[in-house]
Amino acid sequence: MAANNWKILGTPLVNENPITLQILGICSALAVTTSLDTALVMTIAVTCVLALSGAAVSLIRNQLPHSVRIIVQITIIASLVIIVDLVLKAYLFEIGKRLSVFVGLIVTNCIVLGRAEGFAMRNNVGASVLDGIGNGLGYGLILMVVGAIREFFGRGSLFGAQILVPTSQGGGFEPLHIMLLPPSAFFIIACLIWYIRRKRPEQVEKPEFEIRIKARSSQAKGETS
Amino acid sequence: MADSILSDSPMKALKTALLVALACALLVSFTAVSLRPLYLANLEAERMARLTSILQTLDQVAGGMRPEDIEARVVTLENGSYADDIDPATYDARHAANDPAKSIHIPPQFDLAGIKRRAPHAVVYLIRNSNGMIDALILPVRGVGYQSALYGYLALAADANEILALKFYEHGETPGLGSRIQDPDWEALWPGNQAFDESGRVSIRVGTSQGFAGDRVDGISGATRTTNGVDRLIQFWLGDFAFGPYLKRVRSGEG
Repeated sequence: MAANNWKILGTPLVNENPITLQILGICSALAVTTSLDTALVMTIAVTCVLALSGAAVSLIRNQLPHSVRIIVQITIIASLVIIVDLVLKAYLFEIGKRLSVFVGLIVTNCIVLGRAEGFAMRNNVGASVLDGIGNGLGYGLILMVVGAIREFFGRGSLFGAQILVPTSQGGGFEPLHIMLLPPSAFFIIACLIWYIRRKRPEQVEKPEFEIRIKARSSQAKGETS
Repeated sequence: MADSILSDSPMKALKTALLVALACALLVSFTAVSLRPLYLANLEAERMARLTSILQTLDQVAGGMRPEDIEARVVTLENGSYADDIDPATYDARHAANDPAKSIHIPPQFDLAGIKRRAPHAVVYLIRNSNGMIDALILPVRGVGYQSALYGYLALAADANEILALKFYEHGETPGLGSRIQDPDWEALWPGNQAFDESGRVSIRVGTSQGFAGDRVDGISGATRTTNGVDRLIQFWLGDFAFGPYLKRVRSGEG
């Protein structure tokens, strides 16, 4: 049982990572990774919502009529997100302001509903909480890697602590401003997906159809293309 | 799973949905009410921080002053005189504006800012030089942007005409668009503009309004309604129904 619990917690980290394998939650991953502290706070927020919504949905899963399950799940998730937002406004006002709408948008983060519907509806409370934490950490792992790369190359700092001195302040480091813009997060996430799938080829999806290149010279004679 | 669809009665679905909604509502309300004091304290800290940043902008006149050091006075907006019987530290214009018994209805033709009511008094901040003469005034302004209330401070020079700064400390505008009213680049467009023309009418405009001779501050692209809201709130608060009478007195040296 203990081994199984570790498996539930550990698989979403790399093997079934919500971002790199399932390509979910990309929107917020682009938006909050310009610095590590926002990425960390977002990770904690999403992990809390995932764990608590998993617990709540799993708790009532046997009483939950099939026809209204999605709306009930969304109600639970939305309430938890509002609470997280209120807690941020009370205790982490500055970071909450920088996360702006993206805390509220956790409601629409497909990872949360995906885990509620895909896992918590079929498993007990303990396993659902572990699955929620695992997926939150898997999401957070990617966020932290992307956030570290973007903040380091975009500002020369990590967690706001200056490591390289930019040229504007007399140092020798020229900040890469593209790192602070959304496209860079796309590139970095794409590189991570490529790297993980190269190391673990079983994650590579089968193409839906294959492009066949026919020898054109023999056919082209009789056809107009 | 398949037979559970058939076994669901609509009543049971309704009951479950209602119970979950009720539980969620209770939880959210409880959290909101219990965390509200902390949130309000954060907002107040934000207001003070913005006031500090205005003072930094006015560095040559305010030279290292902190918000606690500046002279706060209560102004009666109707005639522009100081109401020294009211303590500026405790007067809450925002609270008063929400209370019909303590606020004044703004006639629609004057209500450019779209705020419907205003408090009869306002707390202004005065920065004096070593001779006791006023160097700068900081006036509270508020209005409606795109679906949210904007709260800010407008700093004017001693002539009650030249704008020194406009900074908003509270708003709920769209992040990345309307929220750029707090962008330092946009705030930097304000200093140096003249608020009034020779005849004493408000002449500063924000955005692309045509046919006005006065100074103009660029609008924010993608945030037309926020820009218009800022334009109107400036027109209102500098106008006759708000700080107009007070600014006239300051100009004539009665401040």
